[in-house]
Formats: sequence, C-alpha cells, structure tokens
Amino acid sequence: MSEVKRGYVRPLDIKNGRIDLSHGSGGRAMAQLIEELFAAAFDNEFLRQGNDGALLPVPTGGRMVMAVDAHVVSPLFFPGGDIGCLSVHGTINDVAVMGAKPLWLSASFILEEGFPLADLKRIVDSMAAAAKEAGVPIVTGDTKVVEQGKGDGVFITTTGVGIVPEGVNLSGDLAQPGDRILISGTLGDHGMAIMAERESLGFSAPIQSDTAALHGLIETLLTSGAKVRVLRDPTRGGLATTLNEIARQSKVGMMLQEKALPVNPEVAAACEFLGLDPLYVANEGKLVVIVAAEDEEKALAAMRAHPLGQRAVAVGSVHEDPHHFVQMTTAFGGKRIVDWLTGEQLPRIC
Amino acid sequence: MKYIDEFRDGDLARGLSAAIRQIADPARRYHFMEFCGGHTHAISRYGVSDLLPDNVRMIHGPGCPVCVLPIGRVDMAIRLALECGVILCTYGDTLRVPASDSLSLMKAKARGGDIRMVYSSADALKIAQANPDKQVVFFAIGFETTTPPTAVAIKQARALGLKNFSVLCCHVLTPSAISTILESPEVRQWGTVPLDGFIGPAHVSTIIGSRPYEFFAEEYRKPVVIAGFEPLDVMQAILMLVKQVNDGRAVVENEFSRAVTRDGNVKAQNLVAEVFELRRQFEWRGLNVVPYSGLRIRKEFADFDAEKRFPVAYVSVTDNKACECGAILRGVKKPQDCKIFGTVCTPENPVGSCMVSSEGACAAHYTYGRYKDFQ
Repeated sequence: MSEVKRGYVRPLDIKNGRIDLSHGSGGRAMAQLIEELFAAAFDNEFLRQGNDGALLPVPTGGRMVMAVDAHVVSPLFFPGGDIGCLSVHGTINDVAVMGAKPLWLSASFILEEGFPLADLKRIVDSMAAAAKEAGVPIVTGDTKVVEQGKGDGVFITTTGVGIVPEGVNLSGDLAQPGDRILISGTLGDHGMAIMAERESLGFSAPIQSDTAALHGLIETLLTSGAKVRVLRDPTRGGLATTLNEIARQSKVGMMLQEKALPVNPEVAAACEFLGLDPLYVANEGKLVVIVAAEDEEKALAAMRAHPLGQRAVAVGSVHEDPHHFVQMTTAFGGKRIVDWLTGEQLPRIC
Repeated sequence: MKYIDEFRDGDLARGLSAAIRQIADPARRYHFMEFCGGHTHAISRYGVSDLLPDNVRMIHGPGCPVCVLPIGRVDMAIRLALECGVILCTYGDTLRVPASDSLSLMKAKARGGDIRMVYSSADALKIAQANPDKQVVFFAIGFETTTPPTAVAIKQARALGLKNFSVLCCHVLTPSAISTILESPEVRQWGTVPLDGFIGPAHVSTIIGSRPYEFFAEEYRKPVVIAGFEPLDVMQAILMLVKQVNDGRAVVENEFSRAVTRDGNVKAQNLVAEVFELRRQFEWRGLNVVPYSGLRIRKEFADFDAEKRFPVAYVSVTDNKACECGAILRGVKKPQDCKIFGTVCTPENPVGSCMVSSEGACAAHYTYGRYKDFQ
C-alpha cells in the first residue's frame, strides 16, 4: 500500500464529527465510515473479503447454534462497560449457554443523526476489544442512519453462531426433581450499575456492571464432567425470571434459600433504597447452572477455579410441582413465591 | 445494610414466633388489621404469617395509596395528558391502575400522552423548569407521608415563579379511613369482620404522630400498636396486640419508637396546613364517599391547582361489577374469595386496583402467597 499515493480523501473527523444522513445513504460517506471506523477496528480475514456476506468454512461434526440480541441500553456508557462490549458479551453468552463454542458474530448498527463520531469510535473500539478478548471475530455488519429523534444515539444488534460438540446436550426442559441450582456469582450488579448511572436519580454508588463473556467459564464447567442439565444467563428479569422460565419448560418446581443468595452489599443497599429486589435485577456476566445433585460439588469446584466463577454457590434445588412454582425459604423463616417479573423493573438496561 | 438486616433476623423471628404462640389463648381467635400496604407487603414478602399460630389472623387494610384511588381520579389524570396536552408526572405504581375505557396511564402513554414516571415531587418540578413551553402536572397521590413533599413542591414552584407547574391533588387521610372501617356495619353491627386491633402505620405516623389513634383506642376500644415496616417490627407489634387483648386493654402503643413520637413531625404538619385544606368529601375506592377524608389545595395557592387550571371535573365511575376490591379493602373478603382473582385479574392485566401495587392485598397474595391456595 505504501508505494501507492493515497487519493484525495479527507479522513473522518473523529474528534468533532457527527453522524449525518449521508453516512447511511450507501454512498462515499458510508463507505468511508465503514472503512475507517468499523473495518479498521474489527479487522479479520472474513471482514476483509469485502462482500455483502461473509464466506465461512463449514465446521464438521456437532450442531450449529445461532442467537441474536438487540441492544438499546441507556445510558450508552456505564461503570464497568458500554453498549459496545455489552452487545458482544450478550450474544456470545446466548450462544455459549447452549453448550456451544461461539465462532462468529455479526453486528448491525442503527445510528441516530447527530451522534458524535468520537462516541461511536469509543463504542466500536470497545466492541473490537471484547471480540478480540473472547476470540470471536465480527465477520459481517450493517449500518443504517435514522433522523434525529427517531433513535437514541445508537442501537446495536449482534448475531452469533457457534458449534455444540457431540455429547453436549443442554436445554431448558431438562431440569429434574432433585437437581441443584447454582449461580456463578453476585446478583443484580449490571442492573444497579445502570440505575445508579441514570442522572434522574442523582445516586452515585460504586457499582460496576458485571458484563462479561461466559464461554470460558462454561467450557471449564463442561470439561469437569459434571452432569449439567441447563445453563442460562439471567439477564433481564434477573434470576427470578430465568428460574421461572426453566421451571415452566421442565415442568418442575424450585425452592431457593434466601440466605444463600449472593448479593454485593452496595447492590443490596441500592436495591433497598429504590425498592427493588436483587432477584429481579439484570445480570450480564452470571451463569445459572442446573446440575445433578451428586455433581454439585464437582460443578462448584470447576466454576470457582475460573475467574468469573469465584463466588459460585448453590442457591436451591428442583422438586416436583404440578404448578411449577419457584418458591423461597426467606431468611426470616417464612416461605413465599418468587414470581415472574410483572411489568418492567428497569427500562432499557441492555 | 446494617440497621436493616437486624430487623429481618431469622433467629429473633423464631423467638418472637414462640412468644406469640405461648401467650395466644388457644380458646380464642385473634383478628388484627394491618392498615398499611407497607405492612401487607412485608407480611407476604417475608412469610410472616407462616410464623404465626393458626388462631392469629391478619386482615389486610386499605392503606395502599394506589388501591384506594377511585377510577374517576385516574380518568382525570388521563384526560390531562391526552386532551389537555400536559406533561403528566406520576409515581410509578399509578401507571398501571385500570381506568375507564380500558385505559390506564401506561396505555394512555402508548397512545401518545406525555406521561413520565418520577420518584418525587421534586423531579416533577425539574421537568417543569426544563420545559417552560409545556404545562406540567404532578399527579399527587398518597397518605400523609407523601403530602409534605407535595406541599414543598408547590411552595418551591411559587418561589421560582413557575407558571407551567400544577398539582392534581388526590392526597387522603389515614384516620378518616380507620374511622370508616370501624363505623362500617360489618364491624359495628353485624360483626362479620371481627377486628381485635390495628397495626398502626409506620411512615404515616412519623408525620402525624401517635396521638390521632388515641381516639380509636378510647372510643372503639380497639388496641393500636404503631409498627415499622420491617418484618420483626410486625411480629413484635402482633405480640403486643395479643398481650393487650389478653389483658382487656385498648391503648395506643408505639413499637416504632425509633421514628415515631406522640406529636409527630410538627414542621411537616404546619407545611401541609399552609398549602392544603380539607375537602368536604372525597371518594375512595372500596370505602365510597368519605367525609373530610381528602385534601385540596388552598385558594392562596390556587394557581398551582390543576383542577382549577384545566377543564377536568371529577366524575364518579363505578368499579367493575365482578371486582371485589371494595370488600377486600374493608377486610370483608380475602383476595382468594374474589371470583376473578388469578383468572381474569392478574398482575399483568389487573381489573381492580388491589392487583396493581405490590402493596395491594391481591397483588401481594398473588405474587408471594398463592401457592397456599393449592396445598
């Protein structure tokens, strides 16, 4: 490239520039945005093909998993992360909880006219770093621009493809009476980090989002040989909603022990202050594991050996129940239902 | 979380549970009403009733601000948003209360109404300052606890010279509701609602003090124990009520002495008296029209009264015929006695207001306790 003189191209003004409608029009401005911002950050052999779609090698053996996740979080930047790394982690996790090794991602951006290029670059760099760290390249993408007022800065949709190896069989309908319920760490960190950041609350607590890619932790867990039945990442609606989904799919009941639930003291205090229940607050880097009772210790030991599972604990068990209730023995000594989330606890958290 | 966890300690709860069991006379039954939704919520969420002997029963009272709000009042707020084009600011709980024409504030928002959830009256004031070209109305609901902040907002709006801020005042008074229940034929004449005493409000009492309840203890011979909203507070209050009943006493006792005094918060009371005055009558859901039970904005502050500024007169609307919220709020029925409980009326599609707020008796039983109906 160096021997060819660059043409008359004025580079993008990342520092002061803003998205305008021409960046989505399919013309030169859009080509430049893609080349200088997206392609430069995400660079990999598939993206470099430069075609409308990425040509990918067909893996042999196993089954393929495909998952999609749209991200509309507000604010775009929050303690512990931003919409960029969140959109990479979220989709990798959806693929990984199926027991799959995530291989590729796609990314689709809806940008609002007037959005600062500097912010977009921060987001794209964060996505690129997250994808690189996870070892999952972004192989294709799309950009659209909407008029001012028709979006909220940036919305990002990512799709992930992965391969489930032979012999791994995880599904929400496989929980059985007697199984144990494990969680990889503290509850509610992501949701409360977002909430604390919302300016209308004027509330500043040192709470960091837990956003992280879980495929490494999952691989460690599955290699331990523990009989894992179900994996889920308890995002919107929190642990309570995730367990209700599994109870319904598997046609079982569950009993949690409130005393066993891990919650950071700052999150517990913020929840108390706002009248929220950590059981319903979103996580972006936690894993729910339903495992055969005899393998509880094996699974816990494997998870605790991984940096993302150091605080893994057992929080309850599965039993027969025709009503599929998720119940909890309260720390106070009574019993109650842990129901589905009603309405929305926190809007636009991921 | 210190100072909070201490009031949720399981070991202390077991101790109190044993103490209640020990002194409760097995030959009689005890029926206590917790007035406040905050208590109802604590009882359901922590499973307090599981720790009580079978002959001690809690009756859920009408002290849930959202639950007692009549349909006609929510209709007014919706008309303000949809017809008068104001920015309507409301507490989150109120958003899903069913109103006329299958609407709610949430549905009115989806139809284009500019309806915003706020955490305090001060947030509404900020929205008014940020939108000088729009009228902003704060939908002020609640008992004595939320009334002083509304008064502060109105006084600040005057001090700031805000011309675009007003309040739809729907504040109500606790003692009037208690009187209405005690005067109801179910309690007084027919005895179909056996009532041996009250757990008195926590936060409301920090404002009004314990003095207003002395009348109920003396006049109606009903013990009152004011209690905090933590589950151990509730258990301790129940123990104190059982003791009073056993001794044949009927006095006001204060379990919540860490926050409540006999005279309450006089500064807040004066502030409320400066901005608000009694309405001759106010309609409550479940209790019908109760004389001198609600507040309106004094004429000195009429500029900030949304009912004067906009053409939205109150129109009384009857509740859904199948809905038993009225009887449930008076303690006459339990949520599971209602034919539509859990079938037609659920937290996702509430027919009555008791299914809306987490403090409502129906929502609390549905969310936390309905497994008991299948045992």
